[in-house]
Amino acid sequence: MIRIENVSLSLQATPILHDISLTIPKGGVTALVGPNGAGKSSLLSLIARLQPLQTGAISIDGLPVDTTPNRTLAKIVAILRQDSVVASRLRVRELVSFGRFPHNRGRLTDTDRTIIEQSLKQFDLTDLAGRFIDTLSGGQRQRALVAMAFCQGTDYLLLDEPLNNLDMYYARDLMRSLRQVADGNGKTVVIVLHDINMAGAYADRIVAMKSGRVIADGAPAEMLTTPVLQDVFGFAMQVATINGKPIVLHHL
Amino acid sequence: MAKNRIAILAALSVLSVVAFLTIGLRGNIAFVLELRAIKLLALSQVGVSIAVSTVIFQTVTGNRIVTPSIMGLDALYLFGQMALVFALGGLGYAALNPQLKFAGEVLVLMALACALLLPMLRSRLDMGLMLLAGVVFGVLFRSLHSLLARLIDPNAFAVVQGASFANFNAVRTDLLAFASVLTIAALIVAWRARHVLDVVSLGSDTATGLGITWSRTVTGLLVLVSSLVAVSTALVGPVAFFGLLVVALAERIVNTRRHAVLLPAAALTGIVILVGGQTLFQHGLGSSSTLGVVIEFFGGIAFLLLLVLGSRK
Repeated sequence: MIRIENVSLSLQATPILHDISLTIPKGGVTALVGPNGAGKSSLLSLIARLQPLQTGAISIDGLPVDTTPNRTLAKIVAILRQDSVVASRLRVRELVSFGRFPHNRGRLTDTDRTIIEQSLKQFDLTDLAGRFIDTLSGGQRQRALVAMAFCQGTDYLLLDEPLNNLDMYYARDLMRSLRQVADGNGKTVVIVLHDINMAGAYADRIVAMKSGRVIADGAPAEMLTTPVLQDVFGFAMQVATINGKPIVLHHL
Repeated sequence: MAKNRIAILAALSVLSVVAFLTIGLRGNIAFVLELRAIKLLALSQVGVSIAVSTVIFQTVTGNRIVTPSIMGLDALYLFGQMALVFALGGLGYAALNPQLKFAGEVLVLMALACALLLPMLRSRLDMGLMLLAGVVFGVLFRSLHSLLARLIDPNAFAVVQGASFANFNAVRTDLLAFASVLTIAALIVAWRARHVLDVVSLGSDTATGLGITWSRTVTGLLVLVSSLVAVSTALVGPVAFFGLLVVALAERIVNTRRHAVLLPAAALTGIVILVGGQTLFQHGLGSSSTLGVVIEFFGGIAFLLLLVLGSRK
C-alpha cells in the first residue's frame, strides 16, 4: 500500500502540490489523469524518492520513502520517468539488464538472465536486443525503458506517461501487459496517462489531479462522466457508451 | 571482441615497458635499471591515474568532453599547494616531510573539490554549461594561484615554481612510495565500483530508481577522482588534454562504455602512450622535443574533434 499524507511541494517558491493525501491499495492499476501542470509527475517523483520530500509523509508497504535505505526501496518500487534519456552508449540488452542491479549489484546470475530474456520477449525486443539505444526510434526506446522497469521485478511499478511515442499496437500491448502483471502477479501499477479512454479501459481506479490537488477519485465508471471530466479538464466532452463501457469523445 | 582488444592493449603496454627498460642499456646495468624502474613506476602511475580519474569524472558528469583537468582540478591542487606555502612560509614548507606535505595537499584538494563541484553535480548540467563552468573554474584557480605567487616571498615561490609545469623527464620520485599506495588503493576502489559506475552513467534519476544513493555515491567518486588527480599532478605537474585523449582512444578501441572493460582499457592506453611515448622520445628522437608538448598537441586536437564531430553525450 502506498500511503501519501499531507504532502505539499514547492519548487523555487512556486507551489506545485497542495496538501495531498491519498492511499493506493496494494494490487491493481491506478491511473493518474489531469491537465498539463497538474502535478502528476511531481507526485510520482516524490513517491519514487527522486524528489526530496518537503512536507508530509509517504510510505510504501509501511516503509517511509525518505528514511528507508535506497537499496531496499529499489527492490520494492520501480519508476519510469517521462523524460528518461539514456546518455550512455548502450545496447538494448545491457540497458534492460540494469533493471536487475538492485538484486545482483551488477553480477548477473542465471535467474537474472532468464528474467531479462523474458522481459525482452514480453516487449517484443528480442530482435533489437543487440542494437545500440541511440539507433532506436522513440517508441522502441520507450519499450526498452519499460522492459527495464519490469525487469526490476518490484511489487510497485510507477510509470510516467509510458505511452509516449508508442503506436496504437504497442500502446495497447503495454496496457495489456500492465493489466496482466497486476492480475497475474499481484503487482501494483500507478500510471500517469493522458489518454482517458486507456485509463477507462485498463485501470481499476482513476485519480484526477488539477493545480496540485486531487479533485476526483473513483472507479472508471464514476469518473468517465461529462461533469467530472469537465471539472478536471475544463471543457465539456461527450461520453458515449459502447458495449456497456463509457467511451469519451474528447477529440470532437 | 573487447577482451581481445584489451589483450592487445596489454601486450602493447608490456612491450612499451620492456622497451623503456632495455633500449640503449649500457654501463652499470643494475644502476641504470633501477633508475629506469623508478621512473617507469612514476610514469605508468601517472598514465593510469589520469586515465581512470578521467573515466570516472566523465561518468559522474555524464559528459564525455570534460575531464578533471578541464574542470580545473589540477589547478586547484596547485592552488592548494601554493596556499600551504603561503600559510607556512617557504622555509616552513620546505622543512616539512614531503610525504606529510603530499598527504596534506591531497586532503586540501579533496575538500576543495567536494565543496566546489558537488553543488554542480547534484543536478546534472548540460554539456555547454558544464564546460563553461569548468573553464571559469580553471581560470579562477589559476589566477588565485598566480595571485598567491605574487604575494609570497620570492624564495618561497622558488620552492613551488618547479611543480607548476608538466615535466615527464623530471618526475618527483621522492613521493613515489606514498603515491603508489594511494594509487593502488584508489584503483582497487574504482574497480570494485565498476558496476556502480555503469549505473551512475544512466543519470541521477535512473540511478536513484535502481537503488543508488546519488549524493553519497557522487561524493565518494569525487574524492576518488581528487586523490588520483593529486597523484598525477604531484608527480609530473598539470596535464590538460592527456586524459581526454586517452579515454577517447580507449573508448573507440573497445567500443563500449561499460566500466569493467573501459577502466582497464583506458589505464592500459595511458601506459602505452606515456611509457611508449617517452621511450620513443628518449631514443628515437634524441629528446629533441618534449613528450608533454606533443601529448597536449594531440590531446587538444582530440578535444576539438570530439566537439566538432558532435560526440556530445
